[in-house]
Amino acid sequence: MKNYEKVIEKVILLSAIVATISVALITVFIFQSGLPILIQYGLIDFIFGTTWSPTNGYYGILPLIAGTLSVTIGALIIGVPIGVACAVFLSEILAKKPAKVFKFAIELLAGIPSVVYGFFGLVVLIPAIRNYILPIYQIFAPNVSTTGFSILAGAAILAIMILPTIVSMSENAITAVPHEYKEASLALGANKMETMVRVLVPTAKSGILSSIILGMGRAIGETMAVLLITGNMAKMPNTVLDPVATLTGTIAMEMGYASPTHQQVLFAVGIILFIIIMILNIIAQISVRRLGGNAV
Amino acid sequence: METKFEIEKLNLYYGSFQALDNVDMNIYRNKITALIGPSGCGKSTFLRTLNRMNDLIQGVRIEGTVKFDGKDMYGLNYDVIALRKKVGMVFQKPNPFPKTIYENIVYGPRIHGEKNKSKLDRIVEKALYEVAMWEEVKDRLQKPALGLSGGQQQRLCIARCLAVEPEVILMDEPTSALDPVATAKIEELLKELAVKYSIVIVTHNMQQAGRVSDYTSFFLNGKVIETDKTEVIFSNPADKKTEDYITGRFG
Repeated sequence: MKNYEKVIEKVILLSAIVATISVALITVFIFQSGLPILIQYGLIDFIFGTTWSPTNGYYGILPLIAGTLSVTIGALIIGVPIGVACAVFLSEILAKKPAKVFKFAIELLAGIPSVVYGFFGLVVLIPAIRNYILPIYQIFAPNVSTTGFSILAGAAILAIMILPTIVSMSENAITAVPHEYKEASLALGANKMETMVRVLVPTAKSGILSSIILGMGRAIGETMAVLLITGNMAKMPNTVLDPVATLTGTIAMEMGYASPTHQQVLFAVGIILFIIIMILNIIAQISVRRLGGNAV
Repeated sequence: METKFEIEKLNLYYGSFQALDNVDMNIYRNKITALIGPSGCGKSTFLRTLNRMNDLIQGVRIEGTVKFDGKDMYGLNYDVIALRKKVGMVFQKPNPFPKTIYENIVYGPRIHGEKNKSKLDRIVEKALYEVAMWEEVKDRLQKPALGLSGGQQQRLCIARCLAVEPEVILMDEPTSALDPVATAKIEELLKELAVKYSIVIVTHNMQQAGRVSDYTSFFLNGKVIETDKTEVIFSNPADKKTEDYITGRFG
């Protein structure tokens, strides 16, 4: 082996070690800082407690978990159908050249800083929810009121933020479906729509699911945009128009002024977030494998 | 003898390239018609005009008339979906869907509106029986079709095509990706199928054309050099070029 190859090999090895050790150190640090209070306060009380009032010594994070999950699930409910439909449209319906332009534009969405999304939500979405959505909602449930800061606002913004991931990965998966399947379907007398729904999307399902998982990961971890628009009230929500606080948003907001114990509790929240993401990833990878695809 | 397809003065262009040049041909009912010729001579393209699969390719232009059961297939308002239901196709590479054996066969019938479970079950049994596969796979209908061998996959594709009860089956080199044993099985099957269906088969293999077909058409550079009964083409071809190709002097 030539000398410079040896040097390059060493540099790559070093980079790998640094990356691995960083992850390990962060993990150790979070657990070291959060675990003692978790044990002291009691894991069950911590996770299932419904009162989050750190200044008074109540550390029940169920409202935060509910906040994170409701916003994430809401984002998936809005974002997945739009994203997948968009991917099908780009790969199968639109001609190649305009499709490229569209895809580029959608991928640009990924480059917008999340605080900008949050700000957009703050100025556009929240007044819209207050002025337009609420009256419609009140026809069915007259007692509901909202300031606009809500699960709905968070879910809508997150849905837009996960679109680039879902669209571009799903589009790749659908484009990768062998042409032969499409021909076989059309030759049997299926029309374009039937071919897309019954052959192309099912064949690409593992890729589509992978894109949804990555999107979900982004939605759970997103902090800034959500912080600006969900209202940050650590209470159990009853409707989609209620304000919520998320795990990430709470850590970001409260770390600055937290007392030492409170700080430890926030690290414990970090541990829970860490575990939730791990569990979701494992579930997702298992289901992708069950569908016969390669996990991300 | 009843004609299924009447093709007159068919010209087909991919952009500025002319792939078919003034093709005239009749295709008869319940007969096997083989299309032979060297690579790139237009035989696959011709086959694909018979169920309008060329519609999928951008920049294709078609002139002349192709009549199916006496009606102009390329006329205005012609129902392509109904045409493709009547004119099935089997491809060069076995292409079962990545679904179960059962789902592959019921795909077509379901598309065309059949929902009744017991009817679908009967369709599956009948189609697999027709391709002599029922005994082989009846216990694993819910297994993935991609787990079958290449020859079985191709027979499954034929069964999938039969399940929509076509009148004509187009086959584009259906055995070129298969081993000799699987090829022999498919050839045997073709003869049985010809009792009920009209078959048009593109093949590279001249022995195959000689063994299975009733009529043979020789294509060269987008033109049909001659079409006749297979035994005539192989024993006493009218055109010198046909003779040269068949005796292996080129191609």
